Amino acid sequence: MTDKSGQDKLRQQLEEWRKGPLAGFQKRGWKETYTSYREPIKDIYTPLDFPEEKYLEKSGFPGQYPYVRGVYPTMYRGRPWTMRQYAGFASAEESNRRYRYLLEQGQTGLSVAFDLPTQIGLDSDHDLADGEVGKVGVPIDSLADMEILFADIPLDQVSTSMTINSPAAVLLAMYIALAEKQGVASDQLKGTIQNDILKEYFARGTYIFPPGPSLRLITDIFAYCSRELPRWNTISISGYHIREAGANAVQELAFTLADGIAYVKAALKAGLEGDDFAPRLSFFFNAQMNLLEEVAKFRAARRLWARIMDEQFGAENPKSKMLRFHTQTAGASLTAQQAQNNIVRVTIQALAAVLGGTQSLHTNSYDEAWALPSEESVRIALRTQQIIAHESGATSTADPLGGSYYLEALTDDIENKVEEYLEKIEEMGGMVEAIEKGYVQREIQKSAYEMQKRIEQEEDIVVGVNKYAHEEAAPDDLLEVDPRMEKEQIKKLQEIKKNRDEQEVEQSLNKLKETAEADENLMPAIVEAVKAYATLGEICGVLRSIYGEYQAPTF
Amino acid sequence: MAENRIRVLIAKPGLDGHDRGAKVVAQALRDAGMEVIYTGLRRTPEQIVSAAIQEDVQVIGLSSLSGAHNHLFQKVAGLLEEKGYTDILLIGGGIIPDKDRKKLEEMGFDCIFSPGTSTSKIVEFIQDRVNG
Repeated sequence: MTDKSGQDKLRQQLEEWRKGPLAGFQKRGWKETYTSYREPIKDIYTPLDFPEEKYLEKSGFPGQYPYVRGVYPTMYRGRPWTMRQYAGFASAEESNRRYRYLLEQGQTGLSVAFDLPTQIGLDSDHDLADGEVGKVGVPIDSLADMEILFADIPLDQVSTSMTINSPAAVLLAMYIALAEKQGVASDQLKGTIQNDILKEYFARGTYIFPPGPSLRLITDIFAYCSRELPRWNTISISGYHIREAGANAVQELAFTLADGIAYVKAALKAGLEGDDFAPRLSFFFNAQMNLLEEVAKFRAARRLWARIMDEQFGAENPKSKMLRFHTQTAGASLTAQQAQNNIVRVTIQALAAVLGGTQSLHTNSYDEAWALPSEESVRIALRTQQIIAHESGATSTADPLGGSYYLEALTDDIENKVEEYLEKIEEMGGMVEAIEKGYVQREIQKSAYEMQKRIEQEEDIVVGVNKYAHEEAAPDDLLEVDPRMEKEQIKKLQEIKKNRDEQEVEQSLNKLKETAEADENLMPAIVEAVKAYATLGEICGVLRSIYGEYQAPTF
Repeated sequence: MAENRIRVLIAKPGLDGHDRGAKVVAQALRDAGMEVIYTGLRRTPEQIVSAAIQEDVQVIGLSSLSGAHNHLFQKVAGLLEEKGYTDILLIGGGIIPDKDRKKLEEMGFDCIFSPGTSTSKIVEFIQDRVNG
């Protein structure tokens, strides 16, 4: 197939097929189809779309540049992905119980969901925390709460992912302090902090400080961890929420990689060596419904990042060029109607993540269009991953769909379209500027609105919503967070404040203030403050007083 | 119609950052000829009610996906009643269990829309209630 005469012959026969058999059948029925980013899909894909002679350059082998076929040579035959269910609610006690339940059920890593006051650096007794404590995650006011959250969970034996952004340094400091109490050295700690502020400004909303100081906090963490926590993923550059906010697959990838580029530039500007911090960068993507397009997206992401790190930043260490990623199935695809259908949706999405070579995976629970998941629904979500891992055969060889003409064409197409976006963002002066101009927000909003219109015009079908709908009762065995939890948490906070050494707290906070003003690495001062049981709100309060708060424009 | 555009405030009470739904609904109402003010994130019930009064809106639409709806939505309804603005059409949406929906509708909400509701249904509901 590689020689020119072979290609000509193929091209000719393809044309004949189009004019003959295809045209004949098209009269009986034919539908235009599109990718999520509205690119028309061809009638058929052939070796013309993925010529063999380009194989080595474009694909290579698993564990080798440009990593399209996976970041490790063995992939899932060496070790399955980490099964990691995002969880946390009500209180540290309740959440600890859920974690131990998930570990007993065969989960292999923890993923902590914090409540919104924690994510915004507010203590549970703050006015703005009213009604929010313990709702979408666990409330953490001080190290005392972390001690309860990880009770009976040895930190040298689990890897822990924490979805925390603006106050990531504080929660990481608490984890380090907790490990010390358990007698675990910080170089033994394995896990991830999300620590990805840029997407908070345009897709997720838990920002505190303006971009400048936020980027400093992030690069301080990079520098500190490269010395003290060599096995820690210092950031999880997240497309997940960008997609949830309404972006298509290309936008998800483009804006995520543009964020990644901004972090690399910030770290280099702060004087860090690329190959010191880049191997610990990790990513987080969404798995939506379009199975093959999503697989192509994951593959394109790996090739793009490898090329960016190699060509744009001149990375030497192969690990700096490997895009390792976590995946979560798409929350926005879950329907409130006929909620059990969501089990099937999650299965397809999880399969896309696995066929796309994910390093860890969270599967959503079927009842999440109604509430936080119940224990039963979480178990089914975890079992879904276990069925894929053990029964489906999807793990038998690396990148099993590689070489599919359609998939390879999609991988190339997504790569090209992402590069167009990246160039445009570069022309604007980079991602921070693109966000400040509202460009990114408007692009996402436009996609979200168009998607909704297609559903309402029944161009896109959502089973149980705009087709095959029927009357049914809403599920009634939902998880409820007891509103009394908030009062309990505030009482706990007051007790901690009563029993700590106030002088020590004050000294540590003063030291933190000096460090922040002096432009030194903030991490050691934050670790000292959390050890003195200074609260999250107090620590972030000191930083707020120096850095100010981000005021979001509305678009 | 044109001389009498319906004025709507779309608001995000509390700390929730999920604003896709709020923005999509705001856009759909604008396309249907209404005048829509979107508050942006992190508004307190007090800020929402005072913005509604100041902007002289006929409709308030609240969105919450963080589980704080019971507390925050009720506060908005309570403040409106306290200040004598019960004539404002009060609607909401988000991740809201059926049990809570019923409770909120008893407490003064004209409608709580569940996920999957089409924007045209929301437009019709508002037009019926405000003009009807």
